[in-house]
Amino acid sequence: MSGEKDLEQLKKEAVAKAKAAAAAKRKAKELAESGSAKNTVDDADDLARQKAEAVAKAKAAAAAKRKEKELAESGSAKSTADDADDLARQKAEAVAKAKAAAAAKRKEKELAESGSAEPAASDEDDLAKKKAAAVAKAKAAAAAKRKVMEQAGESTEAGDDDLAKKKAAAVAKAKAAAAAKRKAMEQAGESAEAAEAGDDDLEKKKAAAVAKAKAAAAAKRKAMEQAGESGSAEPAASDDDDLAKKKAAAIAKAKAAAAAKKKAAEGAGDGGDDAKAKAIAAAKAKAAAAAAAKAKAGGKAAASAPAEPEQPSPNQKYLDKYVKIITEHLGPDVLEDSYINKLSKDVPTLVAKPESYKKVAQYLKYNESLGFDYLSELHGTDFQTHMEVYVHLYSYKNRQSVALKVKLDRDAPVIDSVQPLWAGADWPECETYDLLGIKFTGHPNLRRIMLGEDWIGHPLRKDYEPYDVEV
Amino acid sequence: MDLKLYDVTDAEYEEIKQNILFTSLEQVKGWARSNSLWPMTFGLACCAIEMMASSSAHYDLDRFGTFYRNSPRQSDVMIVSGTVTKKMAPTVRRLYDQMAEPKWVIAMGSCATAGGPYVKSYSVVKGVDQIIPVDVYIPGCPPNPAALIYGINKLKEKIRYEAKTGKRVI
Amino acid sequence: MIRTEEMLLNVGPQHPSTHGVFRLVLKIDGEIIIEAKPVIGYLHRGTEKLAENLQFTQIIPYTDRMDYISAMTNNYVICHAAETMMNIQVPEKAEYLRILAMELNRVASHLLWWGTFILDFGATSPLLYAFRDREMILNLLNELSGARLTYNYMRVGGVKWDAPEGWLEKVRDFVPYMREELKGYHQLVTGNEIFLNRTKGVGKYSKEDAINYSLSGPNLRSTGVKWDLRKDEPYSIYDRFDFDVVTREDGDAYARYECRLAEVEESLKIIEQAVEQFPQEGEIMAKVPKILKAPKGETFVRIEGARGEIGCYIAGDGKKEPYRLKFRRPSFYNLQILPKLLEGENISNLIAILGAVDIVLGEVDG
Repeated sequence: MSGEKDLEQLKKEAVAKAKAAAAAKRKAKELAESGSAKNTVDDADDLARQKAEAVAKAKAAAAAKRKEKELAESGSAKSTADDADDLARQKAEAVAKAKAAAAAKRKEKELAESGSAEPAASDEDDLAKKKAAAVAKAKAAAAAKRKVMEQAGESTEAGDDDLAKKKAAAVAKAKAAAAAKRKAMEQAGESAEAAEAGDDDLEKKKAAAVAKAKAAAAAKRKAMEQAGESGSAEPAASDDDDLAKKKAAAIAKAKAAAAAKKKAAEGAGDGGDDAKAKAIAAAKAKAAAAAAAKAKAGGKAAASAPAEPEQPSPNQKYLDKYVKIITEHLGPDVLEDSYINKLSKDVPTLVAKPESYKKVAQYLKYNESLGFDYLSELHGTDFQTHMEVYVHLYSYKNRQSVALKVKLDRDAPVIDSVQPLWAGADWPECETYDLLGIKFTGHPNLRRIMLGEDWIGHPLRKDYEPYDVEV
Repeated sequence: MDLKLYDVTDAEYEEIKQNILFTSLEQVKGWARSNSLWPMTFGLACCAIEMMASSSAHYDLDRFGTFYRNSPRQSDVMIVSGTVTKKMAPTVRRLYDQMAEPKWVIAMGSCATAGGPYVKSYSVVKGVDQIIPVDVYIPGCPPNPAALIYGINKLKEKIRYEAKTGKRVI
Repeated sequence: MIRTEEMLLNVGPQHPSTHGVFRLVLKIDGEIIIEAKPVIGYLHRGTEKLAENLQFTQIIPYTDRMDYISAMTNNYVICHAAETMMNIQVPEKAEYLRILAMELNRVASHLLWWGTFILDFGATSPLLYAFRDREMILNLLNELSGARLTYNYMRVGGVKWDAPEGWLEKVRDFVPYMREELKGYHQLVTGNEIFLNRTKGVGKYSKEDAINYSLSGPNLRSTGVKWDLRKDEPYSIYDRFDFDVVTREDGDAYARYECRLAEVEESLKIIEQAVEQFPQEGEIMAKVPKILKAPKGETFVRIEGARGEIGCYIAGDGKKEPYRLKFRRPSFYNLQILPKLLEGENISNLIAILGAVDIVLGEVDG
């Protein structure tokens, strides 16, 4: 229906105009200084925009319904559609009127501020003129601000440029722009001040937050580079994450700031300004805190990530020599394990299998190049899954120690005795038998030397229950 | 036990000057026994070293009449110095039984008194008084030789007190 | 022909020698010992089992009572094992205090050994001389740590108390006094003909036997093996001091006697140098956590005690108590050679041989 189409077109145009007006106003805000009027106007514009969006949505829904009705029925739906259209049109007109009223108010205020009378025009003309006027004013205000900034000793142009650059860098890879980031850090100070000077635009806030994030990331990276941590990818990755998170945080903060602004606008104008500044400050503080936390976390992660390379022990060659000689002469699988015991003054430790324990011990004693003739210690331990016999040997010829261990079955611990090799193993084996129950085959006189023959149980076992507790 | 001369009348003083002593036989025996306690060398562990130190040059025990005898038959007092383990306990009992009457026992050190630092061990008798009756307990780990001398003095007092009053001190 | 029979003589747990509760079952034929069976275990107190429920600092008093004559070296071995395992650095001043304490204790231990050794031969005055000098050392250590015999002085990471005012001067004055006394002791005993007759050639063993039977300390050095853990595997700060390792060639009781008295002289040298080098300022305890946790793994360290090589084995598993604690006690290993030495000997030489081995029954652990 042409009528409906016209209506829709009109509606669309109205919506588009409203949107354009809102965008223009936003731009104006970016460039111009803030005024209490602008706040209210902004709020009004926001409201208007939102209203327009809602209206458009409603219209779209209504159109869809209408189409359905048309499809379902013909003719009778028209009247309702017309009604709906009429309603929508009326709504649109009302919105446009509200916008016009708001624009008029603004113009009046501008007139009041700038001191030049401007004829009130129709809505559209007004909007266009106002747009132009707003842009011009914004440019003038920006120029004035720039002059102020130059007087203060900084350049706003650079700040503006920086904002753009920062936005670009935020998208690009962080690593490549280290120097730029540093510069950005310096200039971030300026842009922060610019923001403080009164810019309360959402995007500017977002940009400021992003800039802060970049600055923090740059500082962190510098610190990390100075600390000499490896893995530049890590800071980069963390930086990207940083930025993404910062962006999200900034968006959230901006939304919060907008809500705060609205509240402020509903109140006194000056209060709104202060509130805005406070919101900005709060956002900045939050961003700084988040940046600090990120820096700390990043630093910690980077510090703990690279492990120090393990120094090979000076006794490694001895261990290799022993293992080589033993496996050469006795076969490859006599030793269960061999390692350097770092906790015990780097003593080479061999773990033999129970079957080959005696042979290994013999080899350690009688081989010329090994020559372990001195038994320093022999004892047993009850690890609950197995039992272990630990023998510490020393060679006076080579002045080297070695430790020999053998793991035994816990329920029936039986192992060969080394007493025929080292006579000094006599009593230690008796003691081990006495206190732990490990039987040594081939021992000439295995007896319970410590506790006496009529003692029940083996005390050093982990599951020992004393027989006579009350004594 | 000490001779107090403060509250003595002149007449009594004259008597004393004539070297007459009124006492009972039991007290004489007690005085004789207490002043020549012959301990048995029964050092078990660390307290034995302190016992040796107390009988040596610095804290001489010989001036008190204590003269170490090796055989239980010839000794009066058994100073149990050191930890008594379950393996050693029958020997301690046998030695105590072999001593001739009158005999006393001093438990020196905390191991002999109540098990000492080894009270939670599986092979320690928690105090020698589980085996033999003890007269004097000396705490310490190990007790200072001066503490041992104090303990021996306490035993002497106890001997004389029991002799004088006939009551048995528990 | 005279028919002789073997007799079983029990040199019982209570015997006049001050070595403690040690029992020897002798099979003798007249005066000749045919077989000697030592029986130990009369002082087995279960330190190792107790240590499984105690934190490291709580185990240190138990180590005192093991070798109660030279308790500082026992303290040191467990502190050293824990420090090796947990990689703790001990501050300078603490090291010097430890060295002074250990060397003073070594002198005291050798003095006591000397006194009782000669007492076993029947001479009573050297015991009194030995104990007089020993009292001086014990007074010094009493000032330092608060106890005469069982010091509980060292901690994992340092020592507990700092040297009080004037202590170093007293130690410095003690050294020349002791040197004079040592000269007097040599004059009194060492050249004595009766003494020489009783100890020369008595209880002889060879170098190979000594190594085979795992002897250590003066028992080993008297056969000619130049081995002292303070010099050969230096621990603590022993590598800063200039002292000799005393060896003799004979391997009999007299050689061991001479070794030990010469070791007293060397210890006095170390004490002198330590007092000179003593740092006036410094921490006495490293920064260690309040509750020490043994890391997973095991360690075995050995140091030179007065009687030989003391070792400590700790197996830990991350808790604050060790999972297994074992001490390698020198007297336990040194005593194994006794049956071999006593075969074919006269009973009269028994006491000399036993005395020259220098055992402490707390260390043999029964």
